[in-house]
Amino acid sequence: MIIVNCKKIVGGSGEGPAIVTTQPINFLAMVDAKTGRITDQKHELYDKSLKGAVLVFPYAVGSSVGAYAIFSLKEYGDAPSAVVCTKADITTASGCAIADIPVVDLPDGAPAIKQGAITRVEADSGVIRVKV
Amino acid sequence: MELSRDEEDALAGRKGEAIASAYRILVAIGEATGASRLVPVKWAHVSGVNYNTIGDAGAQFLDKFSRNAKVAVKTTVNPMGYDRSHQEDIPSKFQEKQSSIVSSYERMGVTPSFTCTPYEVFDIPEEGSMVSFAESNAAVFSNSLLGLKTNKESALSALASSVTGKAPLSDLRLEDARAPKVGIKVDFKFESELDYGLLGYFAGKMVKDSSVAFDIPKPSTIEAKALSAAIGTSGSCGMFTLGDTKEKISFGKKEAEAVMDELSTADDGDVITLGSPQLGMNELDLLAKATGGKKFDRRCMIFCSRAIHNQAAKVGLTGKLEKAGAEFMCDSCTCLTPYVTKEKYDSVVSNSIKGAYYLNNSNKVKVALRDIRTIAEDYAK
Repeated sequence: MIIVNCKKIVGGSGEGPAIVTTQPINFLAMVDAKTGRITDQKHELYDKSLKGAVLVFPYAVGSSVGAYAIFSLKEYGDAPSAVVCTKADITTASGCAIADIPVVDLPDGAPAIKQGAITRVEADSGVIRVKV
Repeated sequence: MELSRDEEDALAGRKGEAIASAYRILVAIGEATGASRLVPVKWAHVSGVNYNTIGDAGAQFLDKFSRNAKVAVKTTVNPMGYDRSHQEDIPSKFQEKQSSIVSSYERMGVTPSFTCTPYEVFDIPEEGSMVSFAESNAAVFSNSLLGLKTNKESALSALASSVTGKAPLSDLRLEDARAPKVGIKVDFKFESELDYGLLGYFAGKMVKDSSVAFDIPKPSTIEAKALSAAIGTSGSCGMFTLGDTKEKISFGKKEAEAVMDELSTADDGDVITLGSPQLGMNELDLLAKATGGKKFDRRCMIFCSRAIHNQAAKVGLTGKLEKAGAEFMCDSCTCLTPYVTKEKYDSVVSNSIKGAYYLNNSNKVKVALRDIRTIAEDYAK
């Protein structure tokens, strides 16, 4: 078990397999809210499902309505259980705040979270627990 | 982030659930952007009006939210999906959902602007004023040329500002973020507003900071709108300044062509769509002059705000353009409009980088990119 300190952005806890990318995500253009899958063929997470995962990514880019796309994911039951950002942005923070998805920021130099590792995010305590 | 006693009460639900969720949003974005506290804003501009942008979940959310919250400051709203006086073949389900969204916003007491260029329609507050703008072209334009202070808000963060009258004091609301560290060294001859869009898209992609500098002379309004919209489309940058910086990235013919290759995906188009941002008096004037007395040889849809349309009508500008065969679609814009579907059109002609990005990626329609003057010269006969 690796314990990673983090900063709470949106409170709560969530657990699931880590889906990790270094590429930003445009929630409006790249994610199908009805299935939770990444639809952009150019993205390294193409066709992966966010449902129940702990999404580890840098930040969101793209349209201001991306926040609603995140909310839609939750309404359709396909949302990630938690989100870990390098630097949480306004779209991610606001969408997850309304959708009750915990969000944390990783500090510089935090250990890498392995693709698929079972990860538990405890935003209120500022801790991520990663099963090795 | 520190909250006042009043703000803590609101967050805890003492002013109702809708206000509590608005404060939850403000706290989350405040934490994300490292804000020390919330500050009052004079104006909120909210996106997430077009049913295609927020869907059923968004429409339902707004219906509930609007029954429990009213705007606390002047609030303007983005375009909806279509012009209700031009229903065409817009499916009735779309119309119903769109109507529900409009009703929700009206219930909250917004100004029914339905424009993505509120800076062209409404009085601008004094320089230095804090605002909360979700429409990215408006955020960039207002920060860069009007001295207003906003971050690139999300639809929900601007909504939160509209009902609380507040926003976090962070990022582009502070002088440190407004001073760019990276600049674009421009080695390119601008021939039209489209070229400024190419520059903006490149800059947005390359610069991760909140602000960027361009070593170019002050652009005209048409050019600045294209530049702002493009910057807002490709990255997180929310402001540009005109001047020099130590660290520079070069933009020249090669970089411009790369953007064209990415976004201009057709040689020609079945229909012309002009918008993104909605056209203002300057663009309408330019289009009318370039068209001369000739007529468009294909459908030409001009997206503009109802306010601009009314202004243009008073000086005979709409009449001129309608005589050339152009159609005015008010209250709506190109991005994700149900007017333009891949079932109806393989490709469209557009002068907008932002429009091209969403037409290609969301509407799934190809785009032939040309500037306004070239569109008039090529297609008005």
